[in-house]
Amino acid sequence: MDLERFCSASRVVIVAGKGGVGKTTVTAALATAAARTGMSVLIVEVEGKSGLAACFGEAPLTYEEAELRPRVRARTLTPDDALLEYLDDHGMRRISKRLTRSGALDVVATAVPGMRDILVLGKVKQLERARAADLIILDAPAAGHAVSFLLSARGLLDAVRVGPIQRQAAEVVELLSDPTRCQVLLVTLPEETPVNELVDTAYAVEDRAGVALGPVVVNQCVPAVALDGDVDDDAARTGITLDATERDALVAASRFRADLVRRQDEQCGRLAERLPLPQLRLPYFFTADVGVTEVELLADELVLGIGTLADVEDGVAL
Amino acid sequence: MTAPSELVERRHILLCCGTGGVGKTTTAATLAIEGARRGRNAVVVTIDPAKRLANTLGLETLSNAAHEIARTRWDPDGDAAPDGRLHALMLDTETTFDQLVQTYAGSEEQAAGILSNRFYRNIAGALSGTQEYMAMEKLYELHDRGGFDLIVVDTPPTRHALDFLDAPRRLTRLLDNRVFRMLMVPTRGVVRVGGVAAQAFLRAISRVVGSEAVDDVVAFFRAFEGMEDGFRERATQVMALLASDDTAFVLVTSPRRDAVEEAEYFATRLADGEFAVDALVVNRVHQHYCDRDPAALRDQARALVARRSDAANRLAEHYANLADLEEVAVRERAELTGLEQRIGDASVSHVPELGHDVHDFAALRAVGSHLMGAD
Repeated sequence: MDLERFCSASRVVIVAGKGGVGKTTVTAALATAAARTGMSVLIVEVEGKSGLAACFGEAPLTYEEAELRPRVRARTLTPDDALLEYLDDHGMRRISKRLTRSGALDVVATAVPGMRDILVLGKVKQLERARAADLIILDAPAAGHAVSFLLSARGLLDAVRVGPIQRQAAEVVELLSDPTRCQVLLVTLPEETPVNELVDTAYAVEDRAGVALGPVVVNQCVPAVALDGDVDDDAARTGITLDATERDALVAASRFRADLVRRQDEQCGRLAERLPLPQLRLPYFFTADVGVTEVELLADELVLGIGTLADVEDGVAL
Repeated sequence: MTAPSELVERRHILLCCGTGGVGKTTTAATLAIEGARRGRNAVVVTIDPAKRLANTLGLETLSNAAHEIARTRWDPDGDAAPDGRLHALMLDTETTFDQLVQTYAGSEEQAAGILSNRFYRNIAGALSGTQEYMAMEKLYELHDRGGFDLIVVDTPPTRHALDFLDAPRRLTRLLDNRVFRMLMVPTRGVVRVGGVAAQAFLRAISRVVGSEAVDDVVAFFRAFEGMEDGFRERATQVMALLASDDTAFVLVTSPRRDAVEEAEYFATRLADGEFAVDALVVNRVHQHYCDRDPAALRDQARALVARRSDAANRLAEHYANLADLEEVAVRERAELTGLEQRIGDASVSHVPELGHDVHDFAALRAVGSHLMGAD
């Protein structure tokens, strides 16, 4: 599939996964890849705290949009921001001050579970409707919270039967269940527990929340290298005398790498068996944490991976 | 400086804190096992264990009471101290909260009124902070009535590792809320201006979220009246227990930059609150294979490639790989330097990257031997 088609399959992509799997770097790489096709991208960060801006070498995000690289803008959108904006939009600016000052906001949000999530998703829907960008990428809260985040709208529809919040929830459900408007990109690591948890999350997202799934991103895959030959023999053939310590270090390090790559492949295989979704693998970097250079490299890998994906009819469900 | 071996031998409560995904639950289970191996009556309170680890600990379902793990399972070689015992529990937030309500309610009717209230069910089931609060409540209960020598608590995977310390206060703030207390005024038969303003305020909220939700809230606060003091008092007791000399904070992290940054933030915040990190556990640290500089190893790989022979090329790959792994080891240690300085005289233990998932007793033992033989 070509990159442009991939990136325009749905207008909102929600990047989700357990804490520590690198959702933020995947978000940055996807945004970079999309921007290369000339699309405008808006990244929405919901936890009010992440290293997203640092991936682009920029200062931390705020509620105001900021440009991170040409055609990529980003902003935060915390539930509190979303609620205040919502109340303002509905002519309740006066009570919004009182709500926050008195702490009653907590009470209201507790009375209506999922309200915080609905407000955030409602705002994303508004941005999507207003065509704030060709592609909106939502850096979702960490899973298991991701599932409840996506389920919040349906839950709220059952609990609240009238009023503006109910309408908001209905519109969010519409957005989430239309694969041309929204899909979820799940991120995991090639390790046992993250793979297990990803499979559970995937079924919950699709069956219970009714949101379409894109390919799974397997992040931080240690690149395989050809560690062939016998170190002693090859040293002898090359005419090098290895001291014992160095020889042992080379052998131990090579064994570690080979084991790691083998286990990774096993986990990717297990993931493929349990979850019939295409996988996009992104590399682990030995030399540095993810920064400006690495994001571009990850985007390269993403583009390569997307190139190998099969086209699907109607540009729906990747 | 208190090594982990000393903590599991002498302290009463160990709180394992850290962000999600750094191996907190594994560390907590390991510490409890090591305590039991040293003859203590130990219990580990887990919050959300990965499935296979939960199975190992016999935690297939939420269990609000601690259950004992058969000795043959955690001490297959029979070389542990004879009187040690190991228990595990997976926190059931809702049931813990229900029991707390029953404890502080003035009557059975009051308890029933609260427990069936929809707003209360939302607090008990989903409110962020409730899980943290109930973990602390469970800790207090085990301390007060469990008869355990050693209680190891895995804290919930909150965005900020410290949220569990704030949770009791946040919940009491919710229960103490002034706006909703004003609503109580008319029910006491006293009509004040505040009551009228509050009613108008409520109507405005009803317009947004619907009146049912607001009715639930009002009913909840009416039912809850008089119980706030009990809750507040308990929160104070919990804080005192955390501050006691018998309690130790074990900060768990991985050597990844984001995890280390969170851990540094945690250590700082903990210090602000008169607590200190007693031990730092760094999981999944990559080991050094040699003491050569990664750059020199890369140079050597390049020099080998320049020889243009198959044997030299193959050897070059081995050197490049060694350089990769050394680079990670160097980077991780650099990442940890600032944190290790910040935690002052806390002990530091590195658990090496074992290359496989830790979910059975044999693997937990392997982690344990790294932790107990702290450098």
